[in-house]
Amino acid sequence: MITPGLAIPLALVAPLLGCLAIWLLDKSPNLREGATLITAVVLLALTVMIFLAVGSGQQPGYMLIEVIDGLPIEFKVEPLGAMFAVIASGLWLVNSVYSIGYMRGHNEKNQTRFYMSFAVAISAAIGVAFAANLFTLFIFYEILTLSTFPLVTHYGDEKARKGGRIYLGVLMATSIGLLLPAIVWTYAITGTTDFTVGGILIDHKEAVAPITGVLLGLYAFGIGKAALMPAHPWLPNAMVAPTPVSAFLHAVAVVKAGVFSILKIVVYIFGIDFLTDTGASIPFMWVAAGSILLASAIAMHKDNLKARLAYSTVSQLSYVTLGAMLATQMGVMGGAMQIAAHALGKMTLFMCAGAIYVAHHKTLVSEMRGLGRVMPFTFGAFFLGAMSIIGLPPMAGSWPKFLLMLGAADAGQLAIIAILMISSILNVVYLLSIPVQAFYMSPTVKEEDGGDAKSQGAGGAGIQWGNLKEAPILCIAPPLFTATGAFVLFFFADPLYNYLLPIAGGG
Amino acid sequence: MNFAEQLPVLPVITPLILAPVTLLLPQGRAPHLFATFVSWLTFAACAFLLAAVSDVGVISYHLGDWAPPLGIEYRIDLANALVLMLVSGIAAVVFPFAYASVRLEIDERQSTFFYCAMLICMTGLLGVTITGDAFNVFVFLEISSLSTYALIAMGARRDRRALTAAFNYLVMGTIGATFFVIGIGLLYQATGTLNMADLHDKLAGNSSRVVGAGFAFIVVGVGLKLAMFPLHLWLPNAYAHAPSAVSAFIAATATKVAVYVLIRFFYSVFGFDFAFEAAAFTWVLLPLGLAGMFVASFVALFQEDVKRMLAYSSVAQIGYMLLGLSFATVEGLTATLVHVFNHALMKGALFMAVACVVFRAGSHSIDAFAGLSKRMPVTTWAFILSGLSLIGVPLTVGFVSKWYLLEAAFAAGHWYAGFLIVASSLIAVLYIGRIAEVMLLREPHEEGRYAIPAKDAPLSMLIPMWVLVGANIYFGVRTGLTVDIATRAAEALMLTAGGAP
Repeated sequence: MITPGLAIPLALVAPLLGCLAIWLLDKSPNLREGATLITAVVLLALTVMIFLAVGSGQQPGYMLIEVIDGLPIEFKVEPLGAMFAVIASGLWLVNSVYSIGYMRGHNEKNQTRFYMSFAVAISAAIGVAFAANLFTLFIFYEILTLSTFPLVTHYGDEKARKGGRIYLGVLMATSIGLLLPAIVWTYAITGTTDFTVGGILIDHKEAVAPITGVLLGLYAFGIGKAALMPAHPWLPNAMVAPTPVSAFLHAVAVVKAGVFSILKIVVYIFGIDFLTDTGASIPFMWVAAGSILLASAIAMHKDNLKARLAYSTVSQLSYVTLGAMLATQMGVMGGAMQIAAHALGKMTLFMCAGAIYVAHHKTLVSEMRGLGRVMPFTFGAFFLGAMSIIGLPPMAGSWPKFLLMLGAADAGQLAIIAILMISSILNVVYLLSIPVQAFYMSPTVKEEDGGDAKSQGAGGAGIQWGNLKEAPILCIAPPLFTATGAFVLFFFADPLYNYLLPIAGGG
Repeated sequence: MNFAEQLPVLPVITPLILAPVTLLLPQGRAPHLFATFVSWLTFAACAFLLAAVSDVGVISYHLGDWAPPLGIEYRIDLANALVLMLVSGIAAVVFPFAYASVRLEIDERQSTFFYCAMLICMTGLLGVTITGDAFNVFVFLEISSLSTYALIAMGARRDRRALTAAFNYLVMGTIGATFFVIGIGLLYQATGTLNMADLHDKLAGNSSRVVGAGFAFIVVGVGLKLAMFPLHLWLPNAYAHAPSAVSAFIAATATKVAVYVLIRFFYSVFGFDFAFEAAAFTWVLLPLGLAGMFVASFVALFQEDVKRMLAYSSVAQIGYMLLGLSFATVEGLTATLVHVFNHALMKGALFMAVACVVFRAGSHSIDAFAGLSKRMPVTTWAFILSGLSLIGVPLTVGFVSKWYLLEAAFAAGHWYAGFLIVASSLIAVLYIGRIAEVMLLREPHEEGRYAIPAKDAPLSMLIPMWVLVGANIYFGVRTGLTVDIATRAAEALMLTAGGAP
């Protein structure tokens, strides 16, 4: 029988074995994809098992090796990490199914390298989720950056190279330039980097007090994956990658690893009480709030669907950062719930964008008018995903917004509530308009394909059930699945809330 | 006379006596095999020595049984045992590696001289490290330098610029050695002794102008040898035009040994109660270290020749070592010693990867690296992994170095230096990333002089190179050997120097 303690190293190794299998099966694509899917199922089973063990009050841990005195590579799972691991591995399974449809629908080159990089990246994400100290977290954080680089530059052309350069440049610059000094500084002061309930800095108040704000800033901007403005440019630039990669970056692993790290550092390194006492997080709360509004404003100007979604992600991630920086129990809970809800919602949106591209090769929002009539399932899923991102019931995304507002009220920051409201309205404008246009507006008539447009127009305003032009089934089923997930999570938010409550010192 | 008693002299005696034997061997494989054998013997001796020192503490060996301070003393503590291990270890890897590369790059008739000179160069470096006699340092320094001049000049078959590079180095190196020996002379004049430990005792409390001048001469002289910015001008050309195997060897060892000499003089000879020492730390090493880190990294960014780029990167890395030294704390000294060891591993591996490229593509210009991942994947990944180590990515030795350096900076209160350290490693991201991008994403040349068949370097080159790459990762995860010894060595040095433990 596999114990939860043993499941941790297995969950890290399983994707690497999968990577090896994928490499060996290079010549037979069906077996190769089979290896990916089997790995994903095994990984999901392992993480769910750990998740349940943590839920029953255990704290499974695994010590790999002590690299430097007092700095082991060690894993210890707490509720937030368990949740992140389940989300990442679950969505990786969905994403793998989707990738198969997408990559084959597109006849992409270098598919073996693609799936191998994915496997390494998910292993790194699991490592981030389970890390017991900052040192371990940093190691896997960097592996995640490096292993996703081949994915971002998948096409290998000049545009991909440029995007890849910015991707690697921003993420490496922030992590080495800011995050690493922050970690070493923390270690130099406290002599440890272990994640501890209540925080580790509170025991060294005198030494930390003058630099709390600086240190928090180093962490907040140093974790470039959280895309807190102005550390966000890598995210829109990574859009050159194939859509499954974008989904992976935005929903499954990369950005989630970023905000997860921020949340974890605020809770387990600084401690909410310490931040409330010093007020050091207030400036960063405003930075996050500014990031929310500014990114939404930019998103409204973007006609390219993926670019619009990218800026929407920048905005949505700052909700998590905002929740952490509010330094209240409700704020932290809101941030944690937002990780789960946004993952499902954004995953749906990206997979829909990819499906639209596979079926019609359209990337601009303005070209998608009337497209809902021939792609009702895709745009239906998009609609649900958008609702969740905006925070409208009955979708999962509404809970984090609610909790964040409660948290802002607890912290006495009423202006933050207003900002959250404005942001939701902006979200409605730039996200909901897409499916609405797709369903209700007639297609743009162009000279060269006038005949085609006429035949579409002849069907009137309704959905042309007899004349659907949907993407392959493997590209539609996954977004429908995640959209349903976001719907279901709305009704089962309470168990998740109670599960996560210990991280905020409650429960 | 048993083996254990004579062990301390073996690392120097073995290659010194056996080197001329190389000349008697017939041309072809024999000199290479013999030299490799000697380097392994030496490595074994150094490994035993390190184990012995680790067990029993400082070992003092009196040459010819003449008691110090009159006789020459070999004095081995953990600090130089580590450096000995490093130099002989790199030699033990580079010697087997050299054969294929030397056959291509050096005139067949010179190859026996080549291996002989390599062995003598190694002897010199080991001698500098092992000795406890200040004048003996000078002698061995010259032995290693003279053989290095000859080795660099042997690159002339491929590139005539090697001759000017060697001559340049000869002039600069001789000036450095002269400064050094003048410094030693002044110390001798003031104290009447040349033994380091004895010098330390007699110099205590003596801050006369003679000693001050001697100190200055020694710092500048050694500074030239270790390529302290801005005394580094000889280094880029020497590294770039030397035969590939020589570049790999001297880049990994020569400057490290010079750094060690500086540490030895700062801590074991002068000590903290010497008035100029604190000033030298604050006003010479710290600013020059920082300046070197940035200026040299920045220059490296614009090199079209990969060997020159790596050479400039070495100057920058030496800046890190000087920086750690300048904190004058146990942490800082540990960081410097660790980085001396680790940097040798990464630079050795990088130069070996370049040597493999030169072997196939015949050039170390950046153009020759285009699309290399499709032509020479094994070499490409060796370069990338050691490049990541140079940058300081976790799980490599570079990260361990950087961690200790950062911790030392924060602990010493020089937090700004901490940020400058990471800023300069970001420049390393750029210059390594630039090569990596060319190798991975650019299409290989289909025609022209860099069009090469998809064939990796021979195994005789790949295996030693991957041994070093593996060491980069092994010592990045298992820091027991390096960090423990460096910490203990630093504590002992600190005690001698009279600083706070």
